[in-house]
Amino acid sequence: MSQCRKRCKRQLTKVARYFYRFLTGTLTQDSIEDDFELSTVCHRPEGLDKLQEQTKFTKKELQVLYRGFKNECPSGVVNEETFKHIYSQFFPQGDSSTYAHFLFEAFDTNKNGSVSFEDFVIGLSIILRGSINDRLSWAFNLYDLNKDGCITKEEMMDIMKSIYDMMGKYTYPCMHEDAPREHVESFFQKMDRNKDGVVTIEEFIESCQKDENIMQSMQLFDNVI
Amino acid sequence: MAAGVAAWLPFARAAAIGWMPVANLPMPVAPTEKNKRQDELIILNVSGRRFQTWRTTLDRYPDTLLGSSEKEFFFNEETREYFFDRDPDVFRSILNFYRTGKLHYPRYECISAYDEELAFFGIIPEIISDCCYEEYKDRKRENAERLMDDMEDNKDSKLPNMTFRETMWRAFENPHTSTMALVFYYVTGFFIAVSVITNVVETVPCGSTPNQKDMPCGERYTVAFFCMDTACVMIFTVEYLMRLFAAPSRYRFMRSVMSIIDVVAILPYYIGLVMTNNEDVSGAFVTLRVFRVFRIFKFSRHSQGLRILGYTLKSCASELGFLLFSLTMAIIIFATVMFYAEKGSTSSKFTSIPASFWYTIVTMTTLGYGDMVPKTIAGKIFGSICSLSGVLVIALPVPVIVSNFSRIYHQNQRADKRRAQKKARLARMRISKTGSSNAFLRSKRNGLLNEALELTGSMEEEQQLNKTTSLIESQHHHLLHCLEKTTNHEFVDEQLYEQSYLESALQSYPSRSPSLSSQDGLTGTCCSRRSKKSNHLPNASAPASTHPHSLQELSAIHIQCGDQPPLSTSRSSLNMMPDEPGRLNCKSGQITTAIISIPTPPANSPEGDGHPPPSPAVQPGTGSGSNVVKVSAL
Repeated sequence: MSQCRKRCKRQLTKVARYFYRFLTGTLTQDSIEDDFELSTVCHRPEGLDKLQEQTKFTKKELQVLYRGFKNECPSGVVNEETFKHIYSQFFPQGDSSTYAHFLFEAFDTNKNGSVSFEDFVIGLSIILRGSINDRLSWAFNLYDLNKDGCITKEEMMDIMKSIYDMMGKYTYPCMHEDAPREHVESFFQKMDRNKDGVVTIEEFIESCQKDENIMQSMQLFDNVI
Repeated sequence: MAAGVAAWLPFARAAAIGWMPVANLPMPVAPTEKNKRQDELIILNVSGRRFQTWRTTLDRYPDTLLGSSEKEFFFNEETREYFFDRDPDVFRSILNFYRTGKLHYPRYECISAYDEELAFFGIIPEIISDCCYEEYKDRKRENAERLMDDMEDNKDSKLPNMTFRETMWRAFENPHTSTMALVFYYVTGFFIAVSVITNVVETVPCGSTPNQKDMPCGERYTVAFFCMDTACVMIFTVEYLMRLFAAPSRYRFMRSVMSIIDVVAILPYYIGLVMTNNEDVSGAFVTLRVFRVFRIFKFSRHSQGLRILGYTLKSCASELGFLLFSLTMAIIIFATVMFYAEKGSTSSKFTSIPASFWYTIVTMTTLGYGDMVPKTIAGKIFGSICSLSGVLVIALPVPVIVSNFSRIYHQNQRADKRRAQKKARLARMRISKTGSSNAFLRSKRNGLLNEALELTGSMEEEQQLNKTTSLIESQHHHLLHCLEKTTNHEFVDEQLYEQSYLESALQSYPSRSPSLSSQDGLTGTCCSRRSKKSNHLPNASAPASTHPHSLQELSAIHIQCGDQPPLSTSRSSLNMMPDEPGRLNCKSGQITTAIISIPTPPANSPEGDGHPPPSPAVQPGTGSGSNVVKVSAL
């Protein structure tokens, strides 16, 4: 009952105020609130020297990387949408958003929903300038979606589907529904030594080191930048 | 590759690390940068004004002049800079495009000069960002109209080989073409004026004889007026018939407004001729004479101002209608109030609400005839409120509404314009996007050529072919190639895809009946199609007839009844295990849809060798299906 009265009083005062403003001719209220937008978070990376210590890039390389980064994300951080958008520009025929999502998760080491330049450059440094084992563990980290130290078949299935999604529809030979599944099966057959249904990091690195193709392809990243 | 993210290409290539461990095939060799240039500043000298930028900035858009090797043609060896003999002011916008990824159109710039600069530097205008795109399109349209007007003026010269009919029509439409047309134009104008004046003077009382009471001239000089009327109507009839004869499309001419006015102007006379004897309809006959005043509208052929006014009224019809509606509301409210207020007073003129309408209208438009006046106090109070609000209701909103609606009207027009422009814009951007994927497929074919050349050992040609793609492009293609190797599938364009699909469908037709999947992801089955092909990107390199062909494929769905044994899960699929969690949407157990492409008849599809082969091959397929029912989706 008292709530009803309070509400009535509030309404009445509102109506009275409205009529007062109506008679004196001051109806439009400049709302201060909606002009004030939350200013975009601006993030500046730490100094060039610090980044040079943390990564294995030269100063010039860092400069080039930062210029490209800042151009696309002037606020200094990439959120997932921008990330997906940028990545999709490289794959016009397919849908790369899922894979971009997994990449985002892998780059965003502190799990705050955005990738800053440091995260970006540290990740790149591991992939492009790290040792083979570093690269393999980064890849393992990418596959391990829940970061629990082992890759299950479901996680691998998700990753595989996202990779196949990037191919799009127009492929030769035609894309079958079970192509990712078959691929996952063969992957687990190769990687899972003790056949327990999950791949741990040791199994992963060991199996990769035994595979010629994988070792060779890991060296492709040496001269990307 | 879309422009602007070339700087992120190293990241995309690094991200490919996720594919490596799962790939079963070896990866292709990466393209190497032959001379690894450090990022350098390059100087662009545009008519003396020097601009400096990083080389990588320009490399962002490799399909423009500055981003490709085309700029080497402008390289000046002595000064080590690129010299362009173009407008430096416009160049500022163009260079900003490279820097920020957005192309802006400066308002002070002439539209054709801007277009020329864009064309020179190889930038398509559709990239202009949203903030400036509307302005750009508006100016462009204005300019086009202006040029078209100029062209039309030049068109007035007489074309040879025009038939008599065409000459007559042109003479009617543009009286300035020949003297005969001008004479005709003035004569008809004169007779319209004469006819209108006659109608007016007819009713003026000219009682000159003293013993007769005043009677209108029309009844005194009946014969004279009748002769005048007849003459006018004869001329109008002849004119109308001549126009009808000369019109290129008679049906359209008869439907046009002017011809209707003509007919309405001369009909009363003829009807009057027919009906003179009958007394009962003479009342109607008198009414018909009113329509003779419509002859004045025939002047609108002679006056452009009248036409513009008519057009303006027509275009503002909805706003005027709303004004009328709001006025009607106010009138009804006040009339009701006045009626009930004046109900009590004796000998009140406010006998009913409709009777009060007249008072309300007269008061609100501040006319105030005074024939109806409120007597009670309440009536007077409400009457004064009515007249005060009349001023408000009529005087104030008219400009506000007019300007408001003009703004909203233009906004709607802009929204429609934008929607129409958007389609064309997106289509062009899509074409350039598929152009990039086509570039990859093209370079793949070139790549195969390269490998063949490598085997034969001719190194120079290989280098030449390599030079055609920039480094960034080749790196991007290498990335796509790695993805192909990872998934063990190749990118193909739509044509080849359909071809291969048809081949595979034909090979195993009796054993399969593929099903239609509606919301399928991109990893659909080979033989599944999306139910709506509207998001299908038009492939720029494919001939235009591929599209209608594929539409036709979708449009005819063969429903085969009872071909497959009904599975317990009521699904039938292509190459799938029965327990496969397919994302297929089948209609029912018994009916399975098989999509057979209907080859377009050879006359309609001037395509290459891709399509005729399926046509004879599909026939046996369709023949073998039992109870094939063709359902057209269109």
